[in-house]
Parts: sequence; C-alpha cells; structure tokens
Amino acid sequence: MSAQPARLLSPLSEDKLALLARLSEGLDADSLHWVSGYIAGVAAAQRRTPLAAATALPIAVSPDTAPQQRLTIVYGSQTGNAKRLAETLAHNAEAAGLHVRLVRADGYATRELAHERLLYIVISTQGDGDPPDDARGFIEFLTGKRAPKLAQLKFAVLGLGDSSYPQFCAIGAKLDARLAELGATRLFARGDADLDIATIADPWTTQALAQARDVLKTDAHATPMATVTPLRSAALVAPAISTWTRERPFTAPLLANQRISARDGVKDIRHIELSLEGSGLSYEPGDALGVWPTNPPALVDAVLATLKLDGERSIGIRNESASLRGWLLRKRELTGLSKPFVVAHAQRSHRLEQALGNDDGKEVLRRLLGDYQLIDLLREFPARWQAEDFVAALRPQTPRMYSIASSRKTVGDEAHLTVALLDYEAFGTRHVGAASHFLATLPDDADVPVFIEANERFRLPADPTRDVIMIGPGTGVAPFRGFVQERAETNASGRNWLFFGNPHFRTDFLYQVEWQQALKNGTLHKLDLAFSRDQSEKIYVQNALRRRGRELYEWIANGAHIYVCGDATRMAPDVDNALRAILIEHGGKSDEDARETLNQLTQERRYARDVY
Amino acid sequence: MSAVPPVLSPVERIKTASRRLRGTLVESLANPITGAIADDDTQLIKFHGSYQQDDRDLREERRAQKLEPDYSFMIRTRLPGGVVTPAQWLKLDAIATQYANGTLRLTTRQAFQFHGVIKRELKATLQAINAALIDTVAACGDVNRNVMVATNPLQSAAHAQIYEQATRLSEFLKPKTRAYYEIWLDEEKVAGSGEEYEPIYGPVYLPRKFKIAFAVPPVNDVDVFANDLGFIAIIENGELLGYNVIAGGGLGATHGEPGTYPRLADVLGFVAPERVQAIAEAVVTTQRDFGGRADRKHARLKYTIDDRGLPWFKSEVERRFGAPLRPPHKFSFEHNGDRFGWTEGDNGHWHLTLRIEAGRVADRSEHTHLTALRKIAQIHKDKNSTLGFRLTPNQNLLIANVASEDRAQIDALVAEHHLDLYKTATPLRLNALACVALPTCALAMAEAERYLPELTTKVEALLEKHALKDAPILLRISGCPNGCSRPYLGEIALVGKAPGRYNLMLGADARGQRLNRLHRENIAEDQILQTLDGLFAGYAGERGEGEGFGDFLVRAGIVVPDPHPSAALPDDKNREKVA
Repeated sequence: MSAQPARLLSPLSEDKLALLARLSEGLDADSLHWVSGYIAGVAAAQRRTPLAAATALPIAVSPDTAPQQRLTIVYGSQTGNAKRLAETLAHNAEAAGLHVRLVRADGYATRELAHERLLYIVISTQGDGDPPDDARGFIEFLTGKRAPKLAQLKFAVLGLGDSSYPQFCAIGAKLDARLAELGATRLFARGDADLDIATIADPWTTQALAQARDVLKTDAHATPMATVTPLRSAALVAPAISTWTRERPFTAPLLANQRISARDGVKDIRHIELSLEGSGLSYEPGDALGVWPTNPPALVDAVLATLKLDGERSIGIRNESASLRGWLLRKRELTGLSKPFVVAHAQRSHRLEQALGNDDGKEVLRRLLGDYQLIDLLREFPARWQAEDFVAALRPQTPRMYSIASSRKTVGDEAHLTVALLDYEAFGTRHVGAASHFLATLPDDADVPVFIEANERFRLPADPTRDVIMIGPGTGVAPFRGFVQERAETNASGRNWLFFGNPHFRTDFLYQVEWQQALKNGTLHKLDLAFSRDQSEKIYVQNALRRRGRELYEWIANGAHIYVCGDATRMAPDVDNALRAILIEHGGKSDEDARETLNQLTQERRYARDVY
Repeated sequence: MSAVPPVLSPVERIKTASRRLRGTLVESLANPITGAIADDDTQLIKFHGSYQQDDRDLREERRAQKLEPDYSFMIRTRLPGGVVTPAQWLKLDAIATQYANGTLRLTTRQAFQFHGVIKRELKATLQAINAALIDTVAACGDVNRNVMVATNPLQSAAHAQIYEQATRLSEFLKPKTRAYYEIWLDEEKVAGSGEEYEPIYGPVYLPRKFKIAFAVPPVNDVDVFANDLGFIAIIENGELLGYNVIAGGGLGATHGEPGTYPRLADVLGFVAPERVQAIAEAVVTTQRDFGGRADRKHARLKYTIDDRGLPWFKSEVERRFGAPLRPPHKFSFEHNGDRFGWTEGDNGHWHLTLRIEAGRVADRSEHTHLTALRKIAQIHKDKNSTLGFRLTPNQNLLIANVASEDRAQIDALVAEHHLDLYKTATPLRLNALACVALPTCALAMAEAERYLPELTTKVEALLEKHALKDAPILLRISGCPNGCSRPYLGEIALVGKAPGRYNLMLGADARGQRLNRLHRENIAEDQILQTLDGLFAGYAGERGEGEGFGDFLVRAGIVVPDPHPSAALPDDKNREKVA
C-alpha cells in the first residue's frame, strides 16, 4: 500500500500534504499507528479551544495545472444560484477539454491572484448591496491595499441580484471595476442577472466558454500542455439521482396547508407539507425548496382591467404561446417591480418620465422599487401598453426559495415549509406576495411545481458531537425544525440551542408544541424566546443572545456551530453585532479580533447564515 | 379501620410534598416556554385563589396549529359576604380591564372572578388585587372557601353584626402558610418557611373544599343547606340570639356514579354568637381527621357524615366543641332569591338590588353595566358617602346604604346604561342562575352562562303560552354536575351532560330546603322544551293559590322527592320546628 496521502479527500494544502508524505515515508505500521494517535490527541486538544483552530475546507483544485493554462472560476453565493451557475460553467468548460478549477470565494488563496491568467467571477449581491457571506474576505482583499497589480489577468464578471433593490448587482459591479482598476483586461462586458437569471446568465456563460477556449488555446500554443488531470469534485458530479430541476420541476401533491399562527395573530403563517413520493428528490436539512408560484388570479384581473387588455388574447413570445392571462398567471413576475419595467413604463407615461427626470428622480425610483407593486405603478401612472410589449417588458416569473422545515429521516418522502403570507394594505387595496399567497391559498388537492435547491453552506456539523446554536426568528425557524429532527433521528450527542422570536407568545410561537416536546425528549436542550410585543420595551433575538452571552460564549469556545436564518436586512446584522459584542464582553477580544473571529468562523462554516 | 390502608388520592401526595402549598409555583411562573404551570402546581394554585383554564373554543384549532391550548387563569377573591367599598370596586374594575377579559364575574358565593389572566401577568394581577385590600387566599382549594353572608338589606344592624362575625371566621380559618405572600407579594422568606404550623388544617389541609354560609331567615338567599357548615341566624326583636348550626350540605355529584350525590345539611343544634369559631373549629377538624382522602369524589363532609352516621358525627363534634349542643330554634324560609329594586333598611338607608344576568358585569353594546357601576362608585368614593356594594349569592349586585337624596341620581345612571333589567324582566329571568361553564371552565360538559339568555327566552315563550309569565319559577343551569350554580335547588334545572344535552331536574322548592330530582336524562333542547310545555299546561290549570312550580310537581306526584332523609328536615322533631 502506498504511503501517498489521498490528496483529493484531504483538507490539507499541497505543501502540508508533501510534509505528511515525507513524515510517513518508511515508517512501519506500529509507528504509523502511534503517529495517528498522537495527531488525534493534538486534534482533541484543539477542539477545546477551537476558536484558534481553523480547519481548511476541502476545495476542488487541480493544482498540477500551470496557471497560464487554466481557467479559474470563483464564486460567491448566498442562496446557491451563483454556485449553480459557476458549477455549470465549470462543467461545460471541462467537457470542452479546458483545465478548470472551481473555487468558492472563501477557499481561494488570495496570494495566487497575482499568477492567475484567466479568471471568471460569478457573485451575487444581497439585500442592500451586501456580498454573500462566503465572499467577504475575498472582496476585502481585492478591494484593499494589498491587492496586487493584475496586468497578466484576463477576467469577466457575472453578477446576480434583484433589481427591486436600489443596489442591484452592486458587488459584481464593484469587483468588475476593481479588477480593471488593478490593470486586468476585461474580456467581455459584465452580466447583471436579475431574478430571471437565465435571461442574462445564459448568454454570458456561452460567451464565457467561447472566450475561455480562445484564450487558453492561444496560451496552450505558447506553452505545451501538461498532463491533463480531470477535475473530480463533488460539485461537478452531475446530480443524477433525480431528473427534476429548476427548469423541469416536480409536481408535488399538497399534503397539508395548516395555519400555525393563532387566529388573532397579526401574521398568517402556514405550515405546508408536500409529497415528494416517487420523485427521487432528496434533500438535507438546510436545503431549500424552490416553488414556482401561480400569481393571484385577482391580481391578474386587476392588471388586465387597469390596462384594459383582453386576457384571452393569444400572445407569442419567442417559441412560447399562451393567452395573455396565462402569461400573467404563470410566466411573468407580477408582484415585484423591476427597474427595467419602470423605465419602460416611463416611456409610456409622461408623468412618470417627468417624475423620474426631476432632481429627486433617484429618490422617486427608490420609493417605487421599495414600496410599489406593479399594480400600484400601473394605477398611479396610467399608460397605454400593447399586450406583447407588456409581457416582454415584465420579468419572467422566478421560483421562490423556502428553507425546508423537515428532515427526511423524520418525514420520509415529504418536504415541509414554513411560509409567512405577505398580506398588507397599501394604496387603498390589499397586496399579497405572489408565492406566499399561492401557497397559503392552496386547496386540498393542489399540486405544486417544486425543485430542490441544495445549500451546502448551511449544513449541520459533520461531527455529531458538536453543539449547535440556532438563531431563527419568525419563519427563519424553518430549517431548525429540520435540524432538530435530523439530530434526534441520528442520535447526535451535541446539544441543540434554539433562539426564536416573533411578535407575540400567544399567537406567533411557531411550532410551540413541537419545541415543548423536543425539550421534554431531550432532543432540544435550550430554547430562548424573544416576543417583541409582549411587553412595553421591544425584545428581539439579539437581546436574548446578549442576555445569555456568557453561556453562548462558552458554547462557541467549545466548538459550537452557529446558524442564523431569517431576515437579512435587520435581524442578521443585529445578530452579527450581538455575537461580536458577546465575543468582546465574554471573550475579552478587541472589536477587530471579534470581527476576525466571526470571519474565521464563517470560513470554517461554523457560522452559517441563510438570510433573505 | 380496614387492614389495607386506603391509597391516597394523587392530590394528597401533591399537598404533602408542597411545602405548605408552595410546590414549584415560582419556577412554573418563570418558565417562558409555556403559558401553563406544572401539573402539580395546578392543584396548588387553587389554594391561592386561582385556577388554570384554557379557552376550550380554541383548543382543537390551536392543536392543529401546533400551539398549546390558550391557557389563562381565573382568579377568585376571598370576600366574606361579598362586601366592597366604592374605592375597591374601582380598583377591581381597573384590574378586570387591564389584566382580565374586561368583565367582572359575580359568583354564587359572593366573590369576584377575573377570567383570562395570562400567566405572565398573574403576579401583577394578584398584587393589584391585594393593593385593593382584597386577597384571594383560600378562595379555592381544600380549605374553607369564601364565607357567605345573607345580603339581608332590611335588618341593617343584624347584617352588620353577622357580617363581622363571618369576616372573623374567614380570617380564623385562613391557612397560616406564608406561601401566598412569598410567591405573589414578594414577602421575605423567614425561618420555618415551608414548615409553618397549621393549627386548624394540619400539613395536608382538608380532604376537599369546605363551604360556610350565614343565613338570615326568612330569606335563604345563601342556600345555606348547600354548605358544609351553615349558620342560621336567630333574631328576636332585632337582637341576634345566636345560630342554628347545620352541617353536611354539598351539591357536587358525578354523572354515572351513584355513590356521589347532592345533599342538604343536617341541623345539629344551636350556638351563641361567641361560640361560632369554636363550633366551626370542631366541625372542620372532624372533617380534617375523618374525611376521605382516597377518592376526591367521596371526600366532602356530607360523605363523612353519611359513612359514619349523623349521631357519631354530632357526638364527635360535641366532644371537640366541649359541650353538647343546645336544641335548635324554630326558623322558616320563604324563598332563596334576592329582593330586587329599592328596599329601606332599618337604619333609614336604602338598598338597591340590581339584576346582573349570570353575574357578568360587562360593557356590551348599549348595556354598559361596567361603566354605570364605575360612575356610581366614582361619585360615591369622591364624596365619601356611606354607599357600598354587596354581591348577592344569586349573582346579583346590591348597592347598599344609599342616602335617600342620592337615589334619583343612581336611578338615572342605572337607566342610562340599561342596568335596569330588574324592572322589566320576568321572574324567570330575574332569578335564573348559570355557572360560567364553556369556554373557560375545564369541567364543563355543556354551555351554561352563554346559553342562559337564549334558553330563558324560549322558556318565557312557553310560560307566556300558558299565561304563566309572572310565575316566579326558579331556573338554574349548570355546565356539569358539580353544582356551582346550585342546580339541585332549582325548580327547573339543566345539568350539562354533553354539548347541547342536559339532565332535566325538577321539583325543588325555591326555599333551598328540598332538592330536585332527575326527570329526564340526557336530552336536547327540543325535548326539554317539549317536556316543560306539558308540565306548564298542568301547572297552569291545576296549581293552588300561591303554589310554586316545584311544590306543584311534588303534590301532583310528577316528582317524588329524594327518599334520602332531607337534611333540612332530619327527623320529626325538626320537622315540627321547621313547620
């Protein structure tokens, strides 16, 4: 048996692997056993002070390919879209015979940047211009003073975002500009993909592949090709188990649609159970279920009435043909408002054009994108639309992602969701969220088009002895129902601590009876609650965290994994601040050290967020 | 004694381990995961004047919603004779509005009940009640409950004297544990906390609840024979001579368990006013030492007496009392209802008895009763008048000691807020009683309070049909057989069996001295009304002059009275006295 360490399964860097190979060379079995025991002891000691013990993640690398012959694809992904695109691109490039390495941004060794020749970046923008968690360090380095000159580099950037936010694709734009500023050559124009990702992403990836071929072919002529080492990482193995995809969703029968907020609660929150039986679909706790919604029929009627258009008229766009009503029900985004649509509408509404052209036009746009649904814009700024133009101007319908609230080990071939119905009065009429309304009003015999969106970054610890801290206010509690089920089914010995919050104890304590039972069974060890409106001062999960700071610090210092799920704009930063404050207060760290610790925990995947 | 010691009921174990009624109440209150308290604590909190309940209307819905039941707490005051000042009324009103469901419930034992108080606010609510100089100690639980006193609005001096006596007796029989004060009022623990000496009750308290009432003939508004211990005032020429002492009453029963039954108290003898505490101590400690502790359905004093015999009981009580009891005086009761409207007391002050349907003081549409009483209380608190409030044993409210010049203003407020049902209601509606039942009472099997107005209207229609609209028929409805609305003393009573189904009980005497009997078992409304229709027809045609409905049914042989020796009429000797 060769003493050569199994490189591709190892978390070790290339030079460490070489050291290990030298160390083990020529040792007999007894000696090897002793060494393994010795190192296990070292590992155990580190477990007790794991804040200092960063574990490098296994990254798919084919290191024996010289940089000049290689395409590097770096991705930063929060919900998995950027990752999916990057994987597809890498797969296609590899199939085309190119050398590719695919690296998640937090696994990219930034010192290699100076030697890169061809770099593609696929990266999303979160909320109000924030990077995905896994790309924070990468962006800090690239935009900082230590970033090297990159005259040798050719690059292209694909940004992902949501044009209903003012800072649409801001992170992609920032990297794109910065790379050029550092002297790199932009191969082709940046793509800014909206929620209908494919519209921009498909042409971008096609072009990226063609350009990469050209560049690497040229380079290959200059330097003869070395041995080809096909890339074999889990990420690039095609998910062959199930044939159901985002583009070809599985039609899941509805098993239950149960309101789980009490009748006089402010919010209507649903527990949805869907059958995946026969689909071959599989998921892990932490994954999301993509749902293709049907828009509210009343909203479609309202849009048709406002525009005085005939819903029965047949509309053909590209190769698809359907009635106008059909387009608006299933194929077009009808609640959110996108910037391109506002611009197109302004071409038909003089008043809107004027409003946007004024000094405060930016503010008007911000307000429109922030507060208005499509119907509000159509009503406030009447305009004449041709049916075909209208359909073409709207964004294609996009699936909504819901964190799965179950473990397959507990529920079998089912997926459970926790859905808050977005339902509010504005501009004198009722407004609803397309997908939440779709799910909340599902009749008993309904079928729902769904697919699995894996979220590798939001996984229970591989080590079942690790403690987990779960912070999930509101419907953010969903994945933790799956986590607790999973940990119970696998008899994981680590402790589980849940922080939950919502407005009222009486009406909004989601899954209250299940948590009580889990506490009783010992499958949930601690539950801290923050009901914001039950007392005069408002209390949120971050307050609950601070209140339990000392104990939380002990858990973290002892190797606990921290998970946050829920609102990205306010809750997640507040929780992040609270965690930092706890590290400062109870860990005696400086503010900077505390930040660094959280970054490090993020890199180690011990601090994972699924926020939206 | 049997060779095998009886197995104690689980509640006995809980009481024994409770460190004088503390249990884990403090921990239960602090547990944020649930709106409930620990199971054992639900038994103990009764001794502190509260029951854990939940909104049963929502139970199924919330179960489906993966939410625990909508738990809340009922709080009952200890308020001997149901007497409160205007200042206290205002505070109780504010508590109902801030912490409870916005209503005050007047009970058949002259207490206030607050409903819907959530656990998080329970302590603050109890503190607020205590700040009104009213407590809730022993309002429930296996101890002496609220001591009832005839409202007796005519004989003012005698009422004052008897009320004072009742208040002292209530204090005397209060548990000595400091648990209540530690848990709710933040009293510092002192040495011996958890091991307090309980001279009357001992460390495990009584086997079951214990009820005491003071009646003043000729009105038996307190239904004195339904109590474990009763005092019937003997007044001659305005002077209180003393009391006939009666014991062994109790109305609770369980469906399908013939070993459980309602029972009226036996007359034991006569005691002078200064011997009230002594005789009470003798009766209570006899029950403490001999009452059954194995089966809570067979634990009231009435079973102790029936199991061992009245002669044994009387001699045991006399032994503890230290002397034989003197023979009872003659007494007679005319009725067990309230005297509605204005009456003049013998001190020149006026009393107004208002009808409060099912005892629920609330603001509902134009019936703004809570507001009306708040205004009256505020006016008389401000001018520091003699006016006071008394809760009657029939869930009604008496405004006592009104100066004659203040009557007009009170009449105007009563009319403005539609609190004048007493003027317009039929006798049936005026005198009917209903317990709380659904949705909050855990014991209820059928509706009571919520059903009362509707049922009354339907029975009124039948009476109208038979030209009996003005017949003073006593109707009582209870959601279960435990008897909070004293159903077994109603001329007509509905005792809940299941939603919409009741046992129809008939033939009590409306004087609180004869129990009714089961007439039809487990029937629905249409059968109830059909049955009553036929009986009303007979009553309309054949009743004697001034003959009550219950008396008619017995005379006509339609109802055969309980063969059990009537407690009110234990033997021929007493029968003479009563007559």
